[in-house]
Amino acid sequence: MSKTDEKPLKKVCIICAKGTIEDVYATLVMANGAVMEGIEAKVFFTFFGLDAITKSQMNKLHTGTVGNPAMRMPGGLPFPTILGILPGVEAGVSAMMISQMAQLDIPPVDEFLEMITAGGGEIYACKLAMDMFKLKQEDLWDGVSGVLTVGDFYGKCGGENTQIIFT
Amino acid sequence: MAEKVLAGKAVQVNDEGYFTDPSQWTKEMAVEMAKEYGIELTEKHYQVIDFLRQRYLAGETLTIRRVGNAGIVDIKGLYQLFPGGPLKISSKLAGIPKPASCV
Repeated sequence: MSKTDEKPLKKVCIICAKGTIEDVYATLVMANGAVMEGIEAKVFFTFFGLDAITKSQMNKLHTGTVGNPAMRMPGGLPFPTILGILPGVEAGVSAMMISQMAQLDIPPVDEFLEMITAGGGEIYACKLAMDMFKLKQEDLWDGVSGVLTVGDFYGKCGGENTQIIFT
Repeated sequence: MAEKVLAGKAVQVNDEGYFTDPSQWTKEMAVEMAKEYGIELTEKHYQVIDFLRQRYLAGETLTIRRVGNAGIVDIKGLYQLFPGGPLKISSKLAGIPKPASCV
């Protein structure tokens, strides 16, 4: 199919199930990128991904320093996994990730979510994971549109040229 | 690359309609391009366009956040001014290249 025959993407439904900096920011960048292109975006946070929309956790996300072979020291040398288990290393690495992103004008999680909703994007929490982690709606960021079952979320993912993305 | 006639003058644009030479841009051209998007330019639109041109010509990377923090309108306001492309459409109307930023 040639490019001219392609119908443009109209809607993306993004599911985030992990709470590390990189998983959450991948979700936020993709959702924000969609609304900026005029593409509808709906984001469903579930399991550990709920941290991204939980008031007490959202701006304290970490990146895992153990079991990540792509992790490098500043300068590019491999990052030995054994270093990652030392107290404070995960916090230090996480702070560095955030500061590197800030230099590229990537905002903190709460501000990023506000940018997405300002563009009409919608943020949802998974009911099952909320029950499992004993979270209530008032624990969540104020801009969350609702707590949904998976069936409810799928109900919002219909329509032509819609894609579901699992980060 | 293509040539497009805007406000009675021929200008160079790329395949997506972005100016390749921002110095060819005039306000009248912005008005004409805005009509293609069904946008009637207001003072706020011009302020955003001026900001984009200034920062682009100063060599800055433009992001929606930077425009939202410029003190003209907030990000929600930007979406209202340039529906469907707060940074993309505004950059096109400002006669600058498409922003090469993911935010």
